Amino acid sequence: MSVLVDEDTRVVVQGITGGEGKFHTEQMLEYGTNVVAGAVPGRGGQEVAGVPVYDTVQQAAREEDANASVVFVPPAFAADACFEALDAKGIDLVVAITEGIPTQDMARVYRKQQETDTHLVGPNCPGVITPGVAKLGILPGNIFSEGNVGLVSRSGTLTYQVVDNLTDRGLGQTTAIGIGGDPIIGTDFIDALELFEADPDTHAVVMCGEIGGEDEEEAARFIGQNMDTPVAGFIAGRTAPPGKRMGHAGAIVSGSGTGTAESKINALENNGVPVGDTPEEVADHIEDLL
Amino acid sequence: MRLHEYQAKQVFADAGVPTPASQLATTVDEAVDAAEDIGYPVAIKAQVHVGGRGKAGGIKLVENKEEAEEAADAILGMDLKGYHVSKVLVEEAVDFVNELYVGVTMDRGEGEPVAMVSTKGGVNIEEVAEEDPDAIAREHIDPAFGMHPFQARKVVYEAGVDRDVANDVASVLTTLYQLWDDRDGSDVEVNPLMITSDDEVIAADAVMNIDDDALFRQPEIAEMGEEAEEGDELEQKADEYGFDYVRLDGNVGIIGNGAGLVMTTLDLVDYYGGEPANFLDVGGGAKADRIANALDMVFSDDNVDSVVFNIFGGITRGDEVANGINQALEQFDEIPKPVTVRLAGTNAEEGMEILNEDLVTVEHTLEDAVQRAVEYAKEVEA
Repeated sequence: MSVLVDEDTRVVVQGITGGEGKFHTEQMLEYGTNVVAGAVPGRGGQEVAGVPVYDTVQQAAREEDANASVVFVPPAFAADACFEALDAKGIDLVVAITEGIPTQDMARVYRKQQETDTHLVGPNCPGVITPGVAKLGILPGNIFSEGNVGLVSRSGTLTYQVVDNLTDRGLGQTTAIGIGGDPIIGTDFIDALELFEADPDTHAVVMCGEIGGEDEEEAARFIGQNMDTPVAGFIAGRTAPPGKRMGHAGAIVSGSGTGTAESKINALENNGVPVGDTPEEVADHIEDLL
Repeated sequence: MRLHEYQAKQVFADAGVPTPASQLATTVDEAVDAAEDIGYPVAIKAQVHVGGRGKAGGIKLVENKEEAEEAADAILGMDLKGYHVSKVLVEEAVDFVNELYVGVTMDRGEGEPVAMVSTKGGVNIEEVAEEDPDAIAREHIDPAFGMHPFQARKVVYEAGVDRDVANDVASVLTTLYQLWDDRDGSDVEVNPLMITSDDEVIAADAVMNIDDDALFRQPEIAEMGEEAEEGDELEQKADEYGFDYVRLDGNVGIIGNGAGLVMTTLDLVDYYGGEPANFLDVGGGAKADRIANALDMVFSDDNVDSVVFNIFGGITRGDEVANGINQALEQFDEIPKPVTVRLAGTNAEEGMEILNEDLVTVEHTLEDAVQRAVEYAKEVEA
């Protein structure tokens, strides 16, 4: 078992004719992902990496039975691409990789997503991978291995680091979800944790947070109140000064001091979640919890 | 991106928000002329992005020509919490009976904009939010509809604003929301919004922060931003190179890929007893020349005694990174600062073979690399 992505996931890639879209379509195919279609306005009838391209997501979903979309569309057009995927009948998962989408655009996309049953992951995220089955996004498949640890993270390369530490010790993963580093994202920590809690094959969860906002604090309370599956945590940004955006649009400690690493670490520890000081220590905690 | 007060005021005034008469000045003579023109008393206000400008001596109220000359001379060219003051706004002093706070921001937790009004204006609103949260009335706005007129009235009345000025305050709020929406604002606020004894409302300060990710469709604002840029030379250089960069106080320079991993590298430097000098994210898929630029940046920071490279390749390739490091270091007769490199992920093995170990120290784990770099920094310091 796994969450969000499994053997039946059939992917349409929005923006498949762009450099990134094409490269990662090839990578996804190589990993074994069922990429069944691309969608690019005006490019219907073409083929990319052996995959048929349609003019609209709806056509791709209808003709190829696609049920998931990955968005590699440039920032100025990415919100519209998300709306198109949310609107398409048959699509129940949208993974938005694009970094740099204006926040107000995402507020509208988020508002629309709330009215649907479709999962939206991202934007500004590395994607979702169910090791050995499929990956939707840009995660390097070779560092993941099959197993029973779920992983949810706001950051891409930090995820790779933690996964590497887990895989090194033979701790494989059910599914890893990169939820993205933007201030407004579709799937938040609580959504991902709920999915893992309901998955019988996920025996422990790693949650990698970072400074900014209060999602980690809310997730900590959720874990304390609603989860039987044990969780270990990591929080990046302990040394970040207030008022500075640390790379991710969402990674900023406010002038008044909300969104600090300290507040997040305390919230997690107060809810029984051990927090590693180093990525290596997170793997130690998971070993203990299993 | 944050506009200067004088720029934000111009945007507000153009949109119909009442603002005091004011003129921008870059020399003492200009400032005095402006003060004479506007008529005393006037406020002379430093145009820098520093909180608590008044307390730090960046705002002075003057009553006559001599005082204006003295104040302008003191403020122009002063160093205000690390920022050089090159412009002052000379502004009509407003005689007020009340000060309000009015603003619109994005509530990231809710994923919706929120309009806020408080009768506790004129002080730091974040402190009010913490100490007396009920003193701020809030109204969430559905981004699909925008702000309904009733919502502006509702939040104004909820805040306890006098009925005599409520309509005018609601009208200012409506304009602020419109600006927030049209100009891709992240925060748009007036604090204080002054109420005079004649029940006039006047925006005595103006804050306009714009979403950096939306500047591509806000050319006018982006142009103002070029004027508003200020501060650290290295941070400006990072902008040119297109790096996410933040300068800190320590002596261990840090270069990595991906915000979360770079933050983690900073944290580990601290954890192992060192002090991070910077955050530098080269981003995804960095090629050799980009890597060389990153090294150049960190080397040019005089505080840096030791540099650690931490790359976990997904779309970034270890061999590209290694070539970039070699290329940058081969230019030097003597390596200016010790460089420790850790490569993992895509093509890491190839990368480590390419790296010239006469020029860099190679470590295989994140923890080892950080500890090594911290040691080097301590040796240099000693």
